[in-house]
Amino acid sequence: MTANKIKENPNLKHVFMNNEVSRREFIRTGSVSLAGMAILPSFLSFGCNRLTDQSGLGEYLEHFGVTREMLQKVMAEALSRGGDYCDLYFEHTLSNNVALMDNEVNRAGSNIDYGVGVRVLKGDQTGYAFSEEVSLEAMLKVAKTAASIANESKDFPSINLNEKTHPDYYKFKTAWEDVSIKQKIPYLQKLNDKIFALDEKVDKVQVYLNDESSYVLFANSEGILSFDYRPMFSLTASCVMIDGDKKEDFYSARSMRVGFEYLTDELLDEIANEAVKGAKRQFLAGKPKAGEMPVVLAAGSSGILLHEAIGHAFEADFNRKETSIFSDKMGKKIGKDFVTIVDDGTNPNIRGSVNIDDEGIDTQKTNLVTDGVLTSYIHDRISAKHYGVDPTGNGRRESFRYAPLPRMRNTYMENGPHTKEEIIASVKEGVFVDSFTNGEVKIGAGDFTFYVKSGYLIENGKLTQPIKDINLIGNGPESLAEIEMVANDFKMDCSTWTCGKSGQGVPVSLGLPTIKVSKLTVGGVNA
Amino acid sequence: MKDNKKMELAHWASKYAKENGANEVSVSVYDSKQSDVEIREQKIDKIQESIESGLSIKLYVNGRYSTHSTNRLNKPELERFIKEAILATNYLAEDKYRSLPDRELCYNGEEKDLKLSDSTYDAVDPREKIEAAMKVEAETIGMDDRIITVSGSYGDGSSRGYMVMSNGVEGFNESTSFYVSAGASINGGDSRPSAGHYMATRFWDQLNPEGVGKIAVERALQKIGAKKIKSGKMDMLIENRSVGRVFSSLLQPLYGYNLQQKRSFMEGKIGQKVASDVLTIVDNPFIESGRNSRLFDRDGLASKEMTVIENGILKTYYIGNYYGKKLEMQPTTGSPSNLIFEKGSKDLNGLTREMKEGILVTGFNGGNSNPATGDFSVGVEGFYVKNGEVIHPISGMNITGNHKEIWNQLVAVGNDPLTDRSWQTPSMLFEGVDFSGL
Repeated sequence: MTANKIKENPNLKHVFMNNEVSRREFIRTGSVSLAGMAILPSFLSFGCNRLTDQSGLGEYLEHFGVTREMLQKVMAEALSRGGDYCDLYFEHTLSNNVALMDNEVNRAGSNIDYGVGVRVLKGDQTGYAFSEEVSLEAMLKVAKTAASIANESKDFPSINLNEKTHPDYYKFKTAWEDVSIKQKIPYLQKLNDKIFALDEKVDKVQVYLNDESSYVLFANSEGILSFDYRPMFSLTASCVMIDGDKKEDFYSARSMRVGFEYLTDELLDEIANEAVKGAKRQFLAGKPKAGEMPVVLAAGSSGILLHEAIGHAFEADFNRKETSIFSDKMGKKIGKDFVTIVDDGTNPNIRGSVNIDDEGIDTQKTNLVTDGVLTSYIHDRISAKHYGVDPTGNGRRESFRYAPLPRMRNTYMENGPHTKEEIIASVKEGVFVDSFTNGEVKIGAGDFTFYVKSGYLIENGKLTQPIKDINLIGNGPESLAEIEMVANDFKMDCSTWTCGKSGQGVPVSLGLPTIKVSKLTVGGVNA
Repeated sequence: MKDNKKMELAHWASKYAKENGANEVSVSVYDSKQSDVEIREQKIDKIQESIESGLSIKLYVNGRYSTHSTNRLNKPELERFIKEAILATNYLAEDKYRSLPDRELCYNGEEKDLKLSDSTYDAVDPREKIEAAMKVEAETIGMDDRIITVSGSYGDGSSRGYMVMSNGVEGFNESTSFYVSAGASINGGDSRPSAGHYMATRFWDQLNPEGVGKIAVERALQKIGAKKIKSGKMDMLIENRSVGRVFSSLLQPLYGYNLQQKRSFMEGKIGQKVASDVLTIVDNPFIESGRNSRLFDRDGLASKEMTVIENGILKTYYIGNYYGKKLEMQPTTGSPSNLIFEKGSKDLNGLTREMKEGILVTGFNGGNSNPATGDFSVGVEGFYVKNGEVIHPISGMNITGNHKEIWNQLVAVGNDPLTDRSWQTPSMLFEGVDFSGL
């Protein structure tokens, strides 16, 4: 029931599992006229101007075909049974995908998703319903369903809606909707060619480019009316290399809230080099000895440790229900003085950043652990009310089809007093890990895992033999206390992390300076 | 029951696409309903209801291919959507392997009642649904002082799909499902172990919440005091409900995508031994009320019963239309339907008694597998077993190895297949598995 997972590289995973993309995963292509200019059918056909990142509240209301009066009527219905709070979440998301396989950019896809979700809260109880049709009649119907979480008759005073503005953490130049498929194709081809040029052992390459533009209009019974434009871009390349009868694969990816200008030749070079270097190293890799040993986590994507070891267990829905292993640890010392861990929605253009959360609350940088002391859980409205604290802006949802839950954004550790070199030198026998694919945690038992795609053995303070395909397992509170050294080389990871909880996936990121955990159980072989 | 308007919409979209430049088209229209309720402390924690519909279209345009979907179903918008999608497809590279499957391999429209849909779905009283979830939790009240919380859930879904292909193939499917589930969280001192259990059926009158909550609580209580033991090579018995997690990694390299992209360690293995003699698996899409029963697959290929592995020998791959053409192989189907395993003679207890020293695995934690090489490493929890006796719960351990080897270390399968799942896995006993612990 508490399977909380994260995985990288959703493209490849979906293909592995389904062979062909399924409804939820497949994506909308750049709609292109013969002249190669983008045009936007779904918007034009609404009989109004297209929304852009420059659009104001009036245009959002018009786009969804609603007025303040309609929103007020729907909220009155939602609260007619005695609910304490309600919100309406309108979403229009356009996604595109273009892909290369076997040297050709030969597949593309697109998806349009549109609808409104109505949520009613009564204490910590939730009523939720959504409609894919945004008419007053359809909205009143779903409001009535959501309202049934409460069961008394009550008149709610009329709600005065006021626009709430918010900062913009995902500035960009060229919106993906202004980019035709014709403009994207050469980048995929170039990336493919660069990978093949790097090593003659490269046998297969796949490249995926996804972009998404999401328009959100939000209103709630506290009178907040807000809107947000959310871009997302991801580029993934994978390669298979063959050497004699041995075969190895590796991939590299970037995903951020950026515009077309982010796609450059330099970026392609970086991705190509990472993929080829990674695959080459796998040929030399073996398995470590099984058992507990010190683990040095490289700066960057090793932040998966924080996501799994403590992030999920800090989500306050688990703590409010007392099912998390950290439920009784607020205000307690749980790590060394130099351990400070944050969950941050404000990092410019990073995948897990949000301008405003999905329940109308400003995003923020939240200190979860400050100088080794547990200082905040990860809250949504329900849990913040339960604990009598201010919400932290972590109420997020996958789409209008879901009620929000406390979710992570960008979870990372601040720099510490050590250096990478001292950390590696301090380990006599252990492993150094630097590339990961997925992880999971059992909230109550605190056991977390993360899967290491590649790393090295550490022998007498030096990196030696490469290792691959091993699972690491530890216990949240124990491992947090066992973080013995933290370096000063913090790096945010910019890969395609998607965090899953209760059937909802949300984009997140993570980061870490180089750190040492005194022991984790390392998957391996026995003599 | 078929909604003729939806079928007409699929026909219309296929025709419209062909008129506007597509050479071949496959359209799927779906609609679905869902409701869910979750109970805690005999109070509704969350209730949710939804109705959805959408259309997806595969376009074959001048030797090029793309796929699109939308939940905006009014015709003027769809017209624009389809036209734009066709234009965009023209910019892609040609792919000579993209075409609809051969007509004779496709579903021929013959109807057969697989008993997947409950006609009383819409008539179920919402109060009875809430009642079912209440019952799940109610039976756990007072069971044990260490219970922190138990959630009882009820959920149902009804979905219909309409498929129209421009080669004349047409299909309709509908199914319903109902489930109850429980999640229990227990105060075990330093740790708060949790466990879940569920029951799922195709028909409302077969749903029985009794025992679901109790089993979840009992399973969570059994985890109290779990500890890690020393690393070593030992026997591993995987309980039937958890086998799928490891078994899925044996299936992945059988998929056409992985074979064609050189991401499979099963390349060239048809007719060869890939597992021990005790493993025999049949893919049967026609099981009445089966979780994955179907008359046709997503490519429109007619379903067939087929043997996947027989006495450890690999008999078939999972090859869909596109990768079949690319690999020059006859397509089978792109993904498994229901998997039926040949049974052994003993149940879980019987198999436990056969273990000298090892771990009975009742759950997994994270981990992954590489279909190209067969390498895997996965977190496990369960029980330490010595001389056939369960000694204590374990957690925080990993198993690591390679799928090319581990299936040859399978020494016995149970007589306890999970008949309410699509993969009807029995318990499985392996020897000489690498465990990482202390």
